[in-house]
Amino acid sequence: MVKEIERAGIPVVHMCTVVPISLTVGANRIVPTIAIPHPLGNPALTMAEEKVIRRALVERALKALETEVSEQTVFEK
Amino acid sequence: MLKVVHYINQFFANIGGEEMAHVPAELREGVVGPGLAFQQAFGGEAEIVATIVCGDSYFNENLEKAKTEIIEMVKKQNPDLFIAGPAFNAGRYGVACGTIAQAVKEELGIPVLTGMYVENPGADMFKNSLYIVSTKNSAAGMKDAVKKMAPLALKLANKENIGASAEEGYMPNGVRKNFFDQERGSKRAVNMLLNKLSGKEYVTEFPMPDFDRVAPNPAVKDVRKATIALVTSGGIVPKGNPDHIESSSASKYGKYDIEGVMDLTEETFATAHGGYDPVYANIDPDRVLPVDVLRDLEKEGKIGKLHRYFYTTVGNGTAVKNAKGFAEKFAQELKADGVDAVILTST
Amino acid sequence: MKLELGYVFIKDIQFAEQSKVENGTLYVNKEEVKALILEDQNFKSADVELARPGESIRIMPVKDVIEPRVKVDGPGGIFPGMVSKVETVGSGRTNVLKGAAVVTTGKIVGFQEGIIDMTGTGAEYTPFSKLNNLVVVCEPVDGLKQHEHEKALRFAGYKVAMYLGQLAKSLTPDEVHTYETPNLVEGLKLYPELPRVAYVLMLQSQGLMHDTYVYGVDAKQTLTTMLYPTEIMDGAIVSGNCVSACDKNTTYHHLNNPVIHDLFEEHGKTLNFVGVIITNENVYLADKERSSNWSAKLAELLGVDGVIISQEGFGNPDTDLIMNCKKIEAKGIKTVIITDEYAGRDGSSQSLADADASADAVVTGGNANEVIELPPMDKIIGYAEVADIIAGGFDGSLHADGSITAELQVITGATNEMGFNKLSAR
Repeated sequence: MVKEIERAGIPVVHMCTVVPISLTVGANRIVPTIAIPHPLGNPALTMAEEKVIRRALVERALKALETEVSEQTVFEK
Repeated sequence: MLKVVHYINQFFANIGGEEMAHVPAELREGVVGPGLAFQQAFGGEAEIVATIVCGDSYFNENLEKAKTEIIEMVKKQNPDLFIAGPAFNAGRYGVACGTIAQAVKEELGIPVLTGMYVENPGADMFKNSLYIVSTKNSAAGMKDAVKKMAPLALKLANKENIGASAEEGYMPNGVRKNFFDQERGSKRAVNMLLNKLSGKEYVTEFPMPDFDRVAPNPAVKDVRKATIALVTSGGIVPKGNPDHIESSSASKYGKYDIEGVMDLTEETFATAHGGYDPVYANIDPDRVLPVDVLRDLEKEGKIGKLHRYFYTTVGNGTAVKNAKGFAEKFAQELKADGVDAVILTST
Repeated sequence: MKLELGYVFIKDIQFAEQSKVENGTLYVNKEEVKALILEDQNFKSADVELARPGESIRIMPVKDVIEPRVKVDGPGGIFPGMVSKVETVGSGRTNVLKGAAVVTTGKIVGFQEGIIDMTGTGAEYTPFSKLNNLVVVCEPVDGLKQHEHEKALRFAGYKVAMYLGQLAKSLTPDEVHTYETPNLVEGLKLYPELPRVAYVLMLQSQGLMHDTYVYGVDAKQTLTTMLYPTEIMDGAIVSGNCVSACDKNTTYHHLNNPVIHDLFEEHGKTLNFVGVIITNENVYLADKERSSNWSAKLAELLGVDGVIISQEGFGNPDTDLIMNCKKIEAKGIKTVIITDEYAGRDGSSQSLADADASADAVVTGGNANEVIELPPMDKIIGYAEVADIIAGGFDGSLHADGSITAELQVITGATNEMGFNKLSAR
């Protein structure tokens, strides 16, 4: 799906846990997430703590969208 | 009795070699050359009513004309099946067989079959659209080719179900088909490993694919002014799954309005995905689709706007082709709606 | 380590006053089995049914299939760490009711449970249509949480299987097979010329409903480690998962792991089967990296020339599979991988979620998306209406006459990735 959105001319960031699959299928901007059943959360924490982490990941995704890339890039930070 | 029309080149019609490759297409009644072997192999179930002979150079140099002439000839015979070749490793003959078989299939709608060597350029050109039986690289393999082509020809003419390439002898055509092998999988694996270890030849049952690539789009200039849309393969849907998106192997996607929704809660949203433990996503669907955070960012002016609709499907066992089809459709909508960027989350 | 498996062949199954095995028939006292299940207060009711090969019976939703076994000689008991004490098993003698199985069903636990048809098209795809099945239908008390339900049903299956296995304890088996794995040093001395081969067994461990247990430990909390192959024959590994029915390894598959049996078949002849490396399929990327690093490291440490890697499930475990393959190949060790495919209903889509050029020797259990038609059956054990929601089903899968149109995914064990079946695809 990520590739078709890119193909349509819309910049897209893929937020996913299994980065190797994302790389194999060809996403260009990738933000690694926490775990498969809860990519943007961590049930071990309180809801408030979770939201802080979620926000940080989403902000990283926004930063990725604002960053020019020429090849597949994983935004680890 | 099934009626068959057979296509061969000047060489197999005994007209001559390269020096006679210019001869135009002609129709002869009944069997010519290799047709005899086919006729025998059909065992009374099918009959070659006519043979079309055409020079390889003539066909390739007068492509449109030759095609039209030959199609006319085939049409008049009203056959149940069209066989071209086998062409073995003869390049122009292989391309001619593929081209004319394809044209007959498309224009007359009758089943077609051809055969050639795997390295014949015609194989790569047509193996995904036609049944091409894999033959040896020279006419010495005629007997073997007929043995494989004749039964498949009868199946095609009778419109029977065609099995997997490994069973029927045609070249793999990109369509995966199940069949029962001779040995169980574990035994096949042990045998394959023993061959690999001893440097013998082994054939993988699934060749690794090449994935295509799309160049990245330019970055968003200023996210504070951008409309951001959310898309997920994590199956987040309004509770109750109103569109019945399948838990696995999804055949559809959902588009849902989140105007005024500030936070996804256990009461209103859930996941339809059957491939991961759904408990965490069901308790707080923001863990998969971060609507709460994006609303906060929207309020604070850190993004222009969260797009009114999100798109969702279940990425579990869903054919890549399906997912691709969904995205092709909604990406156009997103574009038309003026969305500047997409955040796609996956589980 | 040496284990003798004594096969007591079961050709029929009947209800009777007294549970026993006589002349190849397994007689079962229904009430005793029910009472055994209802010892667990999580169940409000239980029923027991029979399903024999060729009968017009559909069992669904199937949770697990378990073969009855009993330890006759040697340390420990079947299902160590789960039901029996956590003793190291895999040596001595174990008797098996070959041809019989316990099948657990009841109200659906999760999406991913399957169908066993005892006749017709569906029966051709599942190995369990060839068995004399004792089907236990367990109904949970109201309000029982999904995970507790799964656990209760899992244990009900083991208990019933052990109850039946017990019947074989003092019987003389029809056949005895011996499986022996020497230690590494002895193995090298015995077969200095033969290529050394290990088996990398990947275990589903993606979550609370997608788990496998090793000596009672949840596999997602384990590091990649090693077992003697015979430990697995005594139930060291059990299934506790609800992944798609077609490619989940039931407890029956673990007990009868075909890769282990086929490697033993060649052991000492064409290869030296040194042991089993078990590794998990977790949901964190770091876990995937660590576990696959360790499979490669252990393969290297064992000094093997080749490995067979079997997967469980599909989707992101495709990544674990490819990581295992790539990292082991990088050590100069030859690999063959066993997987299955999700190539779409028409077979023309991408089969795997991940790929790598080093995976050049692949065995496939078939395309799980291929659509099949299952004829109506005279009798349904369980609930036919879940056909529309289990993985591989879709809106309208279940027809008014009781027939089902669905993807092969719905059939328990159909595209098994241990290579249990003859099914393949091209």
